[in-house]
Order: sequence, then C-alpha cells, then structure tokens
Amino acid sequence: MGAPVRRQGPPGLGTLKDLSRPGRRAWSLPALDVPPSTMPAAHSRRQPPALPEVAERDLVTHFTRLSQLNYGVDTGVYPLGSCSMKYNPKVAETVAALPGFARLHPLQPDQTVQGALELLWRLEGALCELTGMARATLQPPAGACGELTGLLIMRRHHTERGDPRRRVVIPDAAHGTNPASVRLAGYEALHVPSDARGMVDVGALEKLVDEDVAGLMLTNPNTLGLFEEEIQAITQLVHGAGGLVYYDGANLNAILGRCRPGDMGFDIVHINTHKTFATPHGGGGPGAGPVGVTEELVPYLPVPLVEHDPETGAFRLETDRPRSIGRMHGFHGNVGILIRAYAYVFLHGRDGLTEVAERAVLNANYLAQRVKEAFPLAYPDGRPMHEFVSTAAPLRERTGIRAMDVAKRVIDLGFHPSTVYFPLVVEEAMMVEPTETETKETLDAFAEALLQAAQEAESDPDLLHEAPVTTPVRRLDEARAARHLKLRW
Amino acid sequence: MRYAPHTDDDVGAMLEAIGLASLDDLFSQIPAPVRLHRPLDLPEGVSEQEIVQDLKSLAARNRSAEDLVCFAGGGAYDHFVPSVVWALAGRSEFYTSYTPYQPELSQGVLQALFEYQSMVCELTALEVSNASLYDGSTALAEAVSLARTTPGRDRVLVSAGVDPRHIEVLRTFGRGAGYEPEVFALRDGRGGDPEVGADVACVIVQHPNVYGVLEPVRELFGAAHDGGAATIQLFDPLSLGVLAPPGDLGADIAVAEGQVLGNHLNFGGPYLGVMATRLDFVRRLPGRIVGETVDVDGKVGYVLTLQAREQHIRREKATSNICTNQTLMAVAATVYLGWLGPEGLAELGRRCAAKAAYAAQILTQIPGVELRFPGAPFFKEFALLLPRPPAEVRDALVDRGFLAGVPLPPPEHHSLLVAVTEQRTREEIEGLAFALTQVLA
Repeated sequence: MGAPVRRQGPPGLGTLKDLSRPGRRAWSLPALDVPPSTMPAAHSRRQPPALPEVAERDLVTHFTRLSQLNYGVDTGVYPLGSCSMKYNPKVAETVAALPGFARLHPLQPDQTVQGALELLWRLEGALCELTGMARATLQPPAGACGELTGLLIMRRHHTERGDPRRRVVIPDAAHGTNPASVRLAGYEALHVPSDARGMVDVGALEKLVDEDVAGLMLTNPNTLGLFEEEIQAITQLVHGAGGLVYYDGANLNAILGRCRPGDMGFDIVHINTHKTFATPHGGGGPGAGPVGVTEELVPYLPVPLVEHDPETGAFRLETDRPRSIGRMHGFHGNVGILIRAYAYVFLHGRDGLTEVAERAVLNANYLAQRVKEAFPLAYPDGRPMHEFVSTAAPLRERTGIRAMDVAKRVIDLGFHPSTVYFPLVVEEAMMVEPTETETKETLDAFAEALLQAAQEAESDPDLLHEAPVTTPVRRLDEARAARHLKLRW
Repeated sequence: MRYAPHTDDDVGAMLEAIGLASLDDLFSQIPAPVRLHRPLDLPEGVSEQEIVQDLKSLAARNRSAEDLVCFAGGGAYDHFVPSVVWALAGRSEFYTSYTPYQPELSQGVLQALFEYQSMVCELTALEVSNASLYDGSTALAEAVSLARTTPGRDRVLVSAGVDPRHIEVLRTFGRGAGYEPEVFALRDGRGGDPEVGADVACVIVQHPNVYGVLEPVRELFGAAHDGGAATIQLFDPLSLGVLAPPGDLGADIAVAEGQVLGNHLNFGGPYLGVMATRLDFVRRLPGRIVGETVDVDGKVGYVLTLQAREQHIRREKATSNICTNQTLMAVAATVYLGWLGPEGLAELGRRCAAKAAYAAQILTQIPGVELRFPGAPFFKEFALLLPRPPAEVRDALVDRGFLAGVPLPPPEHHSLLVAVTEQRTREEIEGLAFALTQVLA
C-alpha cells in the first residue's frame, strides 16, 4: 500500500473577531424608563473593550460550526478511561432548567427555597446510603475541590486532637489531583508503590505509615481498574496508626449497590457526579464533588449545611457550625449539576443503580477480552472492574507504533479513542472505560477498530503515523503552542 | 428508568465470551466481608414522567425570580439571559464532551475557550486569561496563591469591602496554604489604609465593593505597589462597559464572579470563576489555558497549553489542584459577550446604573430609610439603612411579591443590599418603594 490518501477536513473557521464589523450588533434592550445617570469621570472607562461587533446570525452560525468540530457523548462512544463518559440523560437537562430552580437566587430566605433545600437533603441522604457515610456536603464544585475539602476535614480532625500530622500517603498510580490537593491542604505527599498485581503494596505501606501520617487517599477500584482485595487490611493499618482513610470516588460507579466505602473502613468519600451519576461534563466542567464523612467527622463539614426539622418539616441552611472547616464555595456549590444528579439517582433507584455498576463492569470485561491479544492487560492476573488498562508496549517493540498513534488511527476509524499514557506507572498505557450505556454492537465495532489499528501497525504503519487525516485539524504542534504563546487574538 | 441497553441475550453472550457464569462473578474479587448484603435503602426507580413530576413539584415549592421581583444581588444577579446563549452553549456537542485532551476532536470547545480568553483580556485590559475557575470566591483563593510566591512576603491584606463570603473561602483555603487573611477597615464605606509592609504578599480590593460602593482602587493599589505587594481586584464583568477596567486601575490579578455573563441564577451554581493577569504570571496561572498553534499541514488549530503547570503533569508541584473547571459556563459567557459587543456592554451598564440611581432616590424618600453611605458613588447596587431588622423587612416584602435584597451580615445589623439590573422596570422599582412604605408604616 502507498501513502494514505489524505482526506481534507472542513476549512478552518476564523474567530468571532474576524466576523466583526463596526456598528453591527446582536443586543437589544427595552427603552430606558428612568432618568439617565452618569458615572463619576474618575471611575469611567475611557477606551471601550474591543469585543466583536456581530449580528445574532453570525453568532449562531459561528458557534454552531464550532460545535460541529467537537466530539461529545452524543456523537458516539467516548471510552476515556478514568473519565466515565456515559450517556447523559436528556431529562436531567429538562428538570435543571425549570424556572423554579434556574431562577432561584442563592441568598433568598429559606422559606422561599424549601423545594431546593428538600432536593439537596434527599440527594445527600441517597449519597450517604450509597457510600455508607453519615452526612455529606454538596458544596464542592468539582472532584478536586472535594479532595481539598476532605483533606481539610482530615487536617481539622488531627489538629483538634492536638496531633497535627504532616504527611498523606498516595498510591503511585493516583490521579494528579491527589498529590496536588495534598499539598494545598498543607501536607506532604508520600507515595506508596503498586505491587506486581497492580494493587497497593501492603508491605511498603506498613513501612510508610507512622504517627506523622494524617491519612491515606485511595481509589477503589483503583486507578488500574482493579479492586483492592486487601482493602480491610489497608484501612485497619492506617487506622491503627491514628490516620484517616480517604476514598477518592473517581471509580464509585463500578461498585454501586455491591459494596460501600464506609463498609470498607473509609472515613471520608468524595463523589464525582459526572462519573457516577452521568451529569454532563461540559467539555471540562461544571462538575460537582460532594463529600461524605463518618459520624465522627460531621462537625467539620463546610458551612452551610442543609438541616431538616422533622417536627415542622422545614428545611434550612445552617451556618452556625463552630467546628466547621469553613466555606469551600461562594454559595451552595453547583446546584444545577446536583439537580441533574438527583434526577439520575431517583430515576434509577436501588436496583437501577446496582445494574449501572453491573453493566459497566460487564462492558469493560467484554471489551478487554476482545482486544487483549493485540493489547494485553497491564496486570493480567486481576479481573478488571469498570475499566481496564492495556499496554501498547509489545506493539511498540514490534513495530515502533506507540499508544498515541493507535489512538489517532482510531479517530480516523470513527471513534473517540481511550485515555493514553495514564496511569503513568504503565508503559504505553491505554486506559479504556466503555461505560454501561454502550451496546454490544458498539463495543464490537470499537474492538474491531483497535484490532485493525494493531494489524495496520504491522502492514501499513504510515496509516498510524499520519493519523488522523479525517479531522478538522491533524496532529497539532503542542511544543510550538507552549514556546510561542498565543493565548488571545 | 434505565439507560444500559443490554438485552438478556447480550448479557448471556458477553458473559460467555468472558468465561463467566453470572454477573455476580464479575464482582468475585470483592472480599465477602465488605460486600453489601442487602438491597440499597433507596426507592425503586421511576419512569421519566414520574421524575419530571417529582422535580416540578419540588420546583413549585420555591419562589424564584420568576414570580418574585428580584432586587437580590450580593454576588449573583438577575440579568437577562438572551435565548441565543444557551441555544448555542447548550448544544450537546459542547455539553456532552470531555476536557479537550484529544484536540483533533475538540476544536470547537478549544476555539471557544480561546475566544473566551481573548474577550476576558479585552474586558479587563489585562494580558492573559485562563479558561475558567469554579466561581468568584475560589478564583480569589487561586489569585492569592498566585500572588504568594516571594519568600518572606506571606501576609494577605483584604479590604473590609470584600464580600464576607469571599473572605470565608479565603480563610478556609488559607488553613491549608498557611495564611490567615487580615481585613483592613473602610472609611465611610470605601478605601481604607492598609499597612503594606515588606512582609505583605498582596492587597485585595473589591470594586464595586460589598456595599455596592465604588472604591478608590488606583490609590489603594498605588500604595500596595509602593510597598512591593501584588494587587488583586474583584470586579463585576458587566460593570466594565462603564467602569475603568482592572488593568487600568493597577490590578496585577483580576478575578470575578462570572455568573452575570449569561448564566442563570441556579441557586448559586454552576457559575464561572474569571481570572486575568499580567503575562509574567502566565507560567503559574491556575487552570486550563488554550493556545493557538498549527497542525502538521500548517493549518491553524488550538490546544491546551502550558500543561506543565497542571496537576496531571506536575502532581504535588502543580500551581493548583483544579481539573474539571467551568468550561461550559465560559462558552456561554463567550456567546453572551459576543451578543453584547462593546456598545451593548456599555449600554447595559448605563441602564443598570440609571435604574439603581432611580431606585436609591425613591427608596430613600421613605421615612426612616436612608443610604448606608450617603454620597458614596455606586454602580448597580447600594446598601440601605432600615429602621427595622432587614431580614424581617425582606420577609414581609416576600409576601408582597418582592425579593427586596440581601441583608448584610454583622456588624451591619440594619443594612439591606439592593441590586437593580436592566430587567427591573420603573413600575417594579416604584412597586418596591410602595410595598416598603407599607411594610415600614
């Protein structure tokens, strides 16, 4: 075969600024019905900002075309490992847009927001039941902020006992937000290695955990998609040294209704609503990162917390909580996202949520089985849960083709590729999470694409080196972007 | 309602391919003692129709700006959101996508964020913007961490004109980062006299401040710079058609609550943390940054850039832990700013200011009602001193169909903060004055 035929993507779009013409406008306002006023000259803006001047028609065409350059879950399978890109139910958008929620001001008196407070109360209760925690804050606006919230709770727990500690242990495969959050909470990160099975090396952990360790952060199933089988020994070990155990809820979607972090011995849990409860990821947010804690840690939860008076039936936002770590968000967190999570939780109910986990694990295991000959599992002895980590290392050895080349070829074959080069501890990692909402036919087609790419790596490697050729742009020069900064028009 | 598409035949065939007998076998590695040996204590699932009904009945138990005339502000405002904003930002190619790690499949959101960054720079007269943070309060906490880089300069001075909720968030973040924000007093509702010694990292000013009052920002920031400290300004994005931008006032870092840029009130979120600064901070700027580059054919395209700042590369040495941010809100803000343009932004600012001035004028004609800071200039929000506890007055006005404002926290025991957006009509303003007269009578 010769060089690949290069298909031309759509022509590049200019920016909105390129469409700007002086005097063109989209805005409208009602006639001024009060006397005009003037700002004091000392405070006035002299030079108007050079925003684009465009007609509404221009806006619609421009952003519609931009959207068409974007791949979303609605476009097709989006098997990014660790990201849980499952189908986002449309009804969640409908209910979050109800004016009774969307037009609610965050500083209204409690008696005018009883419906919203009851929703948050019920959602908190469901999250506590799913995680085995006593209470939860819904305030953190994303998982990473939830991590910091949990770590500040951990910090307050130790300082109140007159036992400030300096370190927090994290597995070497952990998501980057874990060590970053640890530092923001004023702790030093200690790294515990994974063993040959891809699980926490309990012997190594034993050596690390001492009276200076505030706690351990752990994802379970872990970042390699494997369930930590020695989880009880791990939590007991940390508790034995006076530390707390933090559950990073990145993979909670794999165990809904099967087991709960609280029952494994975790003290603090955060949840990523987009991963577990299908709130849309928005191209990079908004998210929501509720944090649940055990009874002992409830006093430290951020303010305000929703409280319920069973006698009057009234709900209120409680701010008088003297042992609280304080406020993590300007208002009550990403409530619009929490409404979507509520819809998802109560649509599914107890059996539906259990089924979510079952089908997610079924899909991941089926797909792993279909591709493992070409892309062997990084840890073949363990059974993957909702996602699996394969490696393109053997392929690279044979052909020089890397995981990224495979990912780019998969794009030309019509799919969004998996996560590549994460976790960092696996060479040529390909981390695949199909989620429960994909059909067997889709999984088969995606598997075929991966297998075809592997086969082409041997027979026609240029197809992979050149890929993608079907996209609006081809491989982009990231080094140039960082060297010659152009961050605005 | 369930969304997993498997038929019984699918499940059977897939289990067979894996070599397992049952779905339970998929979970065999979970040790028996930690398994949940009972059904979840949650209700049975329901149909889509039932969940819509449930949420409608919850929504009906709220009284929103849809049925109350909203003069509440204090960081979140009832501005008009034109249809075009969410018709575009709400396109599912945007809202169902992930962080743009595969740029070839994500040019739409990447270019929209590049345009967002560009417009934020134009708006603030600063050189560089990130692609969004969570909200105004957490953006302020990030700004402080950006400003606290010089060894020995650790102290954080905050004007008492900064919204107390922002200060509470700073206090929380400061416990981890090792600082305690120090509040300096205002004089007659603005200004103040921060002592900027050689150990001060930054001085924070909100303009317009928590009382709605315009601050002498140039003077405060001049003094801060003379003392060698960095300057951080909290601003209202919709004020910048009429008010001088942070870059012209001497702000090194400008942060804002961006809710006003096309986002609904949403009971407090999702909102938008806006941050802009000078180019020399760019390599430590928190959050995503989009840069323009070219592809292998020389065609212009966009990527996430300077990722070496970020947690997924830098881990514990990252400048922030932020990962998921508020991208969709930034896309909405871009559409909204495109809708306004420079002329619309200025006109909107003039409308808000005129309506607020009119409201202040007629409300202070009511016996016993006066401005908290008479004579102090304000933009779209002002504090009223009431003869009765403001929460009580506010509650009585709810019964008359008004969300009259936000009672200011102690030590302001008798102040009600009133915000007037372009949505409020003369009739509504006069209606509020009439109702307040009745309530106070």
